[in-house]
Amino acid sequence: MTSLSEHIPPYLARWRRLKDRIATVSITAGGAAVLVAILLIFFYLMYEVLPLFQGASVEPSPGVDWRFDGEPAYLAMEEQGEIAFVIEADGRSHFIQVADGTELGSAELSLDGSPATAIGPEGAESRLLALGHASGAVSLISHEYRLSYPGGTRVITPRIERPYAQYDLSLGQGRIEKLAVIDGDDALILAGVIEGSGLAVVRYNKEEDFLSGELALEREELRMPPLPAETAAVYLGADQNWLYWLDSMGDYVLVDLGNTEQGVQRVADRGNLFRNGGELTTSGMLLGGLSLLSTSSSGELVQHFVVRDESGHRLQRIRGFDTDGTVVTGLLPEHRRKGFIALGDGGELQIFHTTAHRRLFNERLLDDGPVASAAISPRGNSIVALQTGGAVKHWQVHNEHPDISWSALWDKVWYESYDQPDYTWQSSSSSNDFEPKYSFAPLAFGTLKAAFYTMLIAAPLAICGAIYTAYFMAPALRRKVKPLIELMEALPTVILGFLAGLWLAPFIEDKLTGVISLLLIMPIGILLFSFLWAHLPVGLRTRVPDGWHAALLVPVVILLAWLSFATNDLVELWLFGGDMRVWITNEVGISFDQRNSLVVGIAMGMAVIPTIFSIAEDAIFSVPQHLSYGSLALGATPWQTLVGVVLPTASPGIFSGLMIGLGRAVGETMIVLMATGNTPIMDANIFEGMRTLSANIAVEVPEAEVDSTHYRVLFLAAFVLFLFTFGVNTVAELVRQRLRLKYGSL
Amino acid sequence: MNDHASMHQTGNPGLWRWIKSGDPMIWLNAAAVSISVIAVLGLLLLLAVRGFSHFWPKDVMAASVQYQGQSRQVLGEVVEQVEVSGEQLREAGFELQGPGPFYQRSLLKQGNRDFLGTDFIWLIDEQLAETSHPADVLVVERLEWGNFYGFLETVTRAGTQVADASSDPALAWDAFQALIHETLEVREQIYRIERAEIGRINYQLERIRLRERRLELDQALDAAAKADLAADRSELEANYRVLQGRLRELYESIAEHSYTARLIDGREVSLPIAKVVRAYRPNAMGYGDKIAFYGEKLWEFLSAEPREANTEGGVFPAIFGTVMMVILMSIIVTPFGVVAAVYLREYARQGFVTRTIRVAVNNLAGVPSIVYGVFGLGFFVYFLGGELDQLFFQAALPSPTFGTPGLMWASLTLALLTLPVVIVATEEGLSRIPKSLREGSLALGATRAETLWRVVLPMASPAMMTGLILAVARAAGEVAPLMLVGVVKLAPTLPLDGNYPFVHLDQKFMHLGFHIYDVGFQSPNVEAARPLVYATALLLVAIIALLNLAAVSLRNRLRERYKSLEN
Repeated sequence: MTSLSEHIPPYLARWRRLKDRIATVSITAGGAAVLVAILLIFFYLMYEVLPLFQGASVEPSPGVDWRFDGEPAYLAMEEQGEIAFVIEADGRSHFIQVADGTELGSAELSLDGSPATAIGPEGAESRLLALGHASGAVSLISHEYRLSYPGGTRVITPRIERPYAQYDLSLGQGRIEKLAVIDGDDALILAGVIEGSGLAVVRYNKEEDFLSGELALEREELRMPPLPAETAAVYLGADQNWLYWLDSMGDYVLVDLGNTEQGVQRVADRGNLFRNGGELTTSGMLLGGLSLLSTSSSGELVQHFVVRDESGHRLQRIRGFDTDGTVVTGLLPEHRRKGFIALGDGGELQIFHTTAHRRLFNERLLDDGPVASAAISPRGNSIVALQTGGAVKHWQVHNEHPDISWSALWDKVWYESYDQPDYTWQSSSSSNDFEPKYSFAPLAFGTLKAAFYTMLIAAPLAICGAIYTAYFMAPALRRKVKPLIELMEALPTVILGFLAGLWLAPFIEDKLTGVISLLLIMPIGILLFSFLWAHLPVGLRTRVPDGWHAALLVPVVILLAWLSFATNDLVELWLFGGDMRVWITNEVGISFDQRNSLVVGIAMGMAVIPTIFSIAEDAIFSVPQHLSYGSLALGATPWQTLVGVVLPTASPGIFSGLMIGLGRAVGETMIVLMATGNTPIMDANIFEGMRTLSANIAVEVPEAEVDSTHYRVLFLAAFVLFLFTFGVNTVAELVRQRLRLKYGSL
Repeated sequence: MNDHASMHQTGNPGLWRWIKSGDPMIWLNAAAVSISVIAVLGLLLLLAVRGFSHFWPKDVMAASVQYQGQSRQVLGEVVEQVEVSGEQLREAGFELQGPGPFYQRSLLKQGNRDFLGTDFIWLIDEQLAETSHPADVLVVERLEWGNFYGFLETVTRAGTQVADASSDPALAWDAFQALIHETLEVREQIYRIERAEIGRINYQLERIRLRERRLELDQALDAAAKADLAADRSELEANYRVLQGRLRELYESIAEHSYTARLIDGREVSLPIAKVVRAYRPNAMGYGDKIAFYGEKLWEFLSAEPREANTEGGVFPAIFGTVMMVILMSIIVTPFGVVAAVYLREYARQGFVTRTIRVAVNNLAGVPSIVYGVFGLGFFVYFLGGELDQLFFQAALPSPTFGTPGLMWASLTLALLTLPVVIVATEEGLSRIPKSLREGSLALGATRAETLWRVVLPMASPAMMTGLILAVARAAGEVAPLMLVGVVKLAPTLPLDGNYPFVHLDQKFMHLGFHIYDVGFQSPNVEAARPLVYATALLLVAIIALLNLAAVSLRNRLRERYKSLEN
């Protein structure tokens, strides 16, 4: 180089060297940038998914330093977590600014001078409270908040509302000790324990006057069955069907409020809540009013709900939570999710989620005396606790995604109001207290089902086709056939999906018998044709050059296909009484969807055949010819040579083709989206559809709220797909590389 | 490739020997090839037949349906005929007369959705009587309610009747056609005003609003600026009022044109000409007319906008959106793909790391496209787009500019998706260039950059083109990721227009592939939409097949070129 640069001016040489340097640097940088972009996909997906598996964290809020010197009987928080609502034992209530302890308002809640002797909140998410008084009267209050923006700043104005204030509500005569309330569309139910006379339940049936629109309450006393001992807690189910009665030993009685037996309400079930004995320490209803949480002095923390089986309804133990031996004395259900906070007697704070069966947090946060009352904010991001000594504790909670765990994704989960544990995908619903069901199992099953039926159709066709094209076909024909089949790979899958959904599915539904008889007629017909061909006079046979069987078979295949479809109606009439669909449903007992796995298998098979065909054909074609010549020279027939010599040598290539085809079948979206009903079921039936991971993403991502659990779970589905196809393709690629090395040595 | 002896043995082999020779297996393998080929060709044939036949004017049949002693008249196009077993029909509650176990059913497109409720009905052929194809049947394509089938009675121009078909059919027909053309011209003007001129004014008003908000954010909204804005605004509003006035005039000028027609059941209806797209008499058309009509419809399909929830009209916005997205994608993917390939092949040290990268790039081609879509939505749209909005488009917040799916993000996502295709193809091209060429260039004193620029890249350019074409073909057919990052069923405007900055990268767009999915599966009237879906599918297949064939021929040319070099 130096010798040449002597002829050119030095500044030019420098300039050229500089240019060379710049090119090197920029190409390296560009190349690296592209590779980084590729890595970015992996890391970004992981970045979106990881928060799902993080636990919760709890930090004390800085600057909260005030005292509450009173006897709190009830504590709740406002939506933003800025205002606490306290009811004292003497009947006064206060709204207090959480940050500095300023009192924003107070109200007298006593009725006729008697303070509340029992307080019954309606449920985790409700702001309605029932106050029981010494006279047996009940008053209802709810703490409400109004947002306003005077001058651009947010001001929250708290107030107390008294629904049903115009009605005289009462549970009976005597001091109320425990109280529960459920306000439904048709009735308001009160349940409680009256000193001396035990459990009383009153239902106020609502009747609206058609003309005035006024509400009339009709009082109905429900007669309770005799109950054994002293009552520890009473709860009403949100559906107004069940009453849960607990005593201090953990014995429970489930009373059916809808049915009576000999004049008293029926006892649906009774038993003990705990496996290890011990006394009931505390209990509570989870969000939604379906699940009962209870804890024992031996450290058990269990969830029960009502389940129906053949023998009727019973209170079923659903799951126990690991408290690490802590005896729980306080339970705070979350207001928006199926999670709860447990407070231990030693000052521990634990965060759980029921569906995910997960403990997200466990730490001892208090060492200065027990908690008198505690509340969690509706958004679940802060907790306030009033201690008996008067100290106030306030914590910020970071608990974004409690509802996902390995078991929630892949194991059977016993969801509320399900009769047994199940795999279910149901990510959203219209109601607020809905329990999201994020089980990947039906989606993964659907994905594999689609891939299975696809491979069932594609693998034999593609591999047999590849064998013939690479080993037997005349070169002139091969040059035309191979690009034609490979052209199919470029066919947009949306077109295959549309044809599958709008043309193939109705066609198969109509000609189901024909499709099935095709599977029989086709191989038999072809073998028959080939047998006859072998018996033709030699002169005629040799006119068709070697390696043109495939061309010869084209009319035969078309004829056979036409034959099976033309006789469809006759065969159907003869064998299945005119309608095979009905026959399948009635006689075989399996259901038939128009858009089913068979349709998906055929359509996706069309998409996968070229992939497998192309790779397998290359593998077989590149087996060195001297191998098969050697075999033929030793007297083996071409078929024996193929099976004994060529295929074993090419098998890694064929395997790699199958793997890549499988990867494609697993990730394909449009075909399954259009050719199946997209119901997430777990059923291997070929005449039913499925929902795959990829179709699920396409359907649900546009509706998922950004950064919500649902959104991240869909990212997780994409990540699973990414890892699966990447893994499968890597295996295929490594196998192919080894194949290349092997041929190099031959 | 091999002679197989058994096929050439003289005499007829016995069954057992025939099986042992392996011949049956060879035949079965051959059948697999035949089936695959038939499947490919059959699929293309199906698309072609259904796609092309959509534009052909079908004859309109009039018939009376006799059922349970009653009879009624029907008029329409027979769209489909199937054979069903009497069993199924009886189960569905039909009384059948005929003897056979099978009956012919026809799907009749009777149109007139505004008068009859449903535009498709199934008829059992044995109930049909007195079928005829009257020459004077009128078919009107309309802007709403689908096709009209009937017989022309009178034509009214601006409130006064100008022709009556009962006295002079030919004159009435001519008057009708003339009036339709006149109305179409007025509608063309209306369209131009509404779309182009009023659209521009709205666009400018929106820009003024953003400017105001921008100034407000910068706290520079003083009296002078306010006056300035108000002046601009009032000028635009004055223009707008003028246009509104003209529009009203135009609308009024065609509002009174109408025609009356008789339905097959004898009802007479009066319909506005302003809603007519075209009218024709298929039964009276000769082959020449039909071919001309076919051409006209085909052109409409390619050049017009969709009508009636995408079930009628053309797919021009979808073609435009697809092309635009593909072009943008090519602009992004080509330099990056080529640079990455050059780096991997020419600059990086070959070893374990490059091999790993190569495997990874290969595998990315196999990663499901929906995964790219999810990545594009999360990273490009919400993360990058959100940041961009915060930085540059604060004035428009809270409505997002780039923080929502759009053309740019769709192009970027597809660029990422097709990157492996370009890298692999370019690398293959680079690896085919003989080493001696590079060495020759270096020996003559060229630097590495010069060798690359003057020798290597020009020789690899066909390979790059191949890669790009394959990438374009893949991108044009990909739908799943686009559903997440920017495609919509109906975009109000094209992403390229006369309003500054002319190319609207933040806009959502229409796409042929998505159009197929949407019209075929989300449309309220699938039956009516189906022919159009076939035509759209055929168009998409044709585009992609052409691109692929171009890639194949380029690849072959490339190979020829190196063959001569290697010798």
